[in-house]
Amino acid sequence: MPKVTIDNQTIEVPEGTTILNAARMMGGPSVPPAMCYYSSLKTSGGYCRTCIVKVTKGSEKDPRPMPKPVASCRTSVMDGMVVENITSPDLLEARAGVVEFLLINHPLDCPICDQAGECHLQDLGYENGKALTRYKFRRRTFEKIDIGPYIKLHMTRCILCYRCVKVAEQLCPGRVHGVINRGDVAEISTYITEAIDNEFSGNMIDVCPVGALTDRTFRFKSRVWFTKPMDAHRKCKTCAGKARIWLKGSEVLRVTVRKDEWGEVQRDSEGGPLWICNECRFHTKKASDWIIEGPSEISRHSVISANHYDLATLKLDVAKQRKKLEGKKVLLGEGPLNPNNV
Amino acid sequence: MNLTNRSVVVVKKEMTFLEKLYLPAILGGMWITIRHLFKKKATVNYPEEKRPMSKTFRGHHVLKLDEQGRERCTACGLCAVACPAEAITMVSAERKPGEEHLYREEKYASVYEINMLRCIFCGDCEEACPKEAIFLTDRLVDADYKRGTFVYGKDKLTEKPDKPIDVSPRQTKEVLEFKKNKKFAHNN
Repeated sequence: MPKVTIDNQTIEVPEGTTILNAARMMGGPSVPPAMCYYSSLKTSGGYCRTCIVKVTKGSEKDPRPMPKPVASCRTSVMDGMVVENITSPDLLEARAGVVEFLLINHPLDCPICDQAGECHLQDLGYENGKALTRYKFRRRTFEKIDIGPYIKLHMTRCILCYRCVKVAEQLCPGRVHGVINRGDVAEISTYITEAIDNEFSGNMIDVCPVGALTDRTFRFKSRVWFTKPMDAHRKCKTCAGKARIWLKGSEVLRVTVRKDEWGEVQRDSEGGPLWICNECRFHTKKASDWIIEGPSEISRHSVISANHYDLATLKLDVAKQRKKLEGKKVLLGEGPLNPNNV
Repeated sequence: MNLTNRSVVVVKKEMTFLEKLYLPAILGGMWITIRHLFKKKATVNYPEEKRPMSKTFRGHHVLKLDEQGRERCTACGLCAVACPAEAITMVSAERKPGEEHLYREEKYASVYEINMLRCIFCGDCEEACPKEAIFLTDRLVDADYKRGTFVYGKDKLTEKPDKPIDVSPRQTKEVLEFKKNKKFAHNN
């Protein structure tokens, strides 16, 4: 098994693993961000260049460094490879440049965009981007289109990651949409405004890293951080029926797939991605249709968990506080910090 | 032991004749009262006369309109999530064709409510606002008899087109400088 060193941490990974996946196995701040790579979609990745890393040593046999930053989602690890991500200031500079390119045509209409709050481009811009734009020209704009009764295509926001095309290719037989034209005028299109009505086409909304494809049944209903995500399931003939429902009070405003820590669809115990069908996503919007398992795990740093305090994080906080107080002479008294009270 | 050196030992002695008359003491008191009649008053006659307010006084909110009289608020929810008292609620709606003169962008707040009893007037909402829509002004929130009337809706918050409210004292020098530079603006 090849050994790879990423940001001075060494990990042994199976043959053929990409640098990105090796970093994900390791976790932590060294994981490169990814806008187009999606582990559950074959042949995705290699378009956006946000996951670039610097390879300072190619392998044990050939220790020469790679001449340019490489896309970590498409480069497999070699034995003895040394990779720099956040430890290389040059690379961070290069990534900031990539982010600047992605944002050149992005309208920055986050206040009206339904994706705001769970948008990967927002996170990317916040973590790796620059605060100001240097772009002086007119931004590329398109008209909004309804593709089918459930999905709104806002091409202006698109970063051409091709994830939705892969969904159409791999989940929906007889696909009717793709990318037409080239370069600056390239756009996601159904070519002839043909309605997308395949059973699994709704998953396009979830894989879209920006707000280019949004749920028409949720359009402007609420900001995501005012809704409470719950993991729930129901009996469904076409899909596994395991989904995440977004509640406001007892009203189900939206249904999405369950997402993991990388913002990708969760997998079941056998490793199959838990895609959901359009029936579950768009037509079962009553709380009584679902069996709620419990609140979804959302990162505490996400705006979605703002003002929500679930028991798990509270317990974690208490445990941390206790650890801090360990060995110190403090009167714990009545509060939750006293282990005798729990 | 004395804690301070100001303590006075009370001596209970027989009053003199002058002291028994009480007249000098009464006149002394009268003198103090009459002197105050000619002094500057500590109070103001409130509704007719108003105290000068601090330039950065934070009172009754206003939802600003833009230069063309359209609502600036797009119901993005940042004020509500920034609000430490959770006083702000809103419902958003999509602008219909023909309403372009009312709302600046395709989404607007159909309901926008601030609970003035919850509000702590910290100004975080105006700091969070990306559209320069909400500002705190130097107006006071009126007193009332019922709690329900303190939930202010758009009728009380939105600026009237014929009565613009000046909020330039609330905008820092940096903000005004930023606004001059069209290059940085993401919206028109």
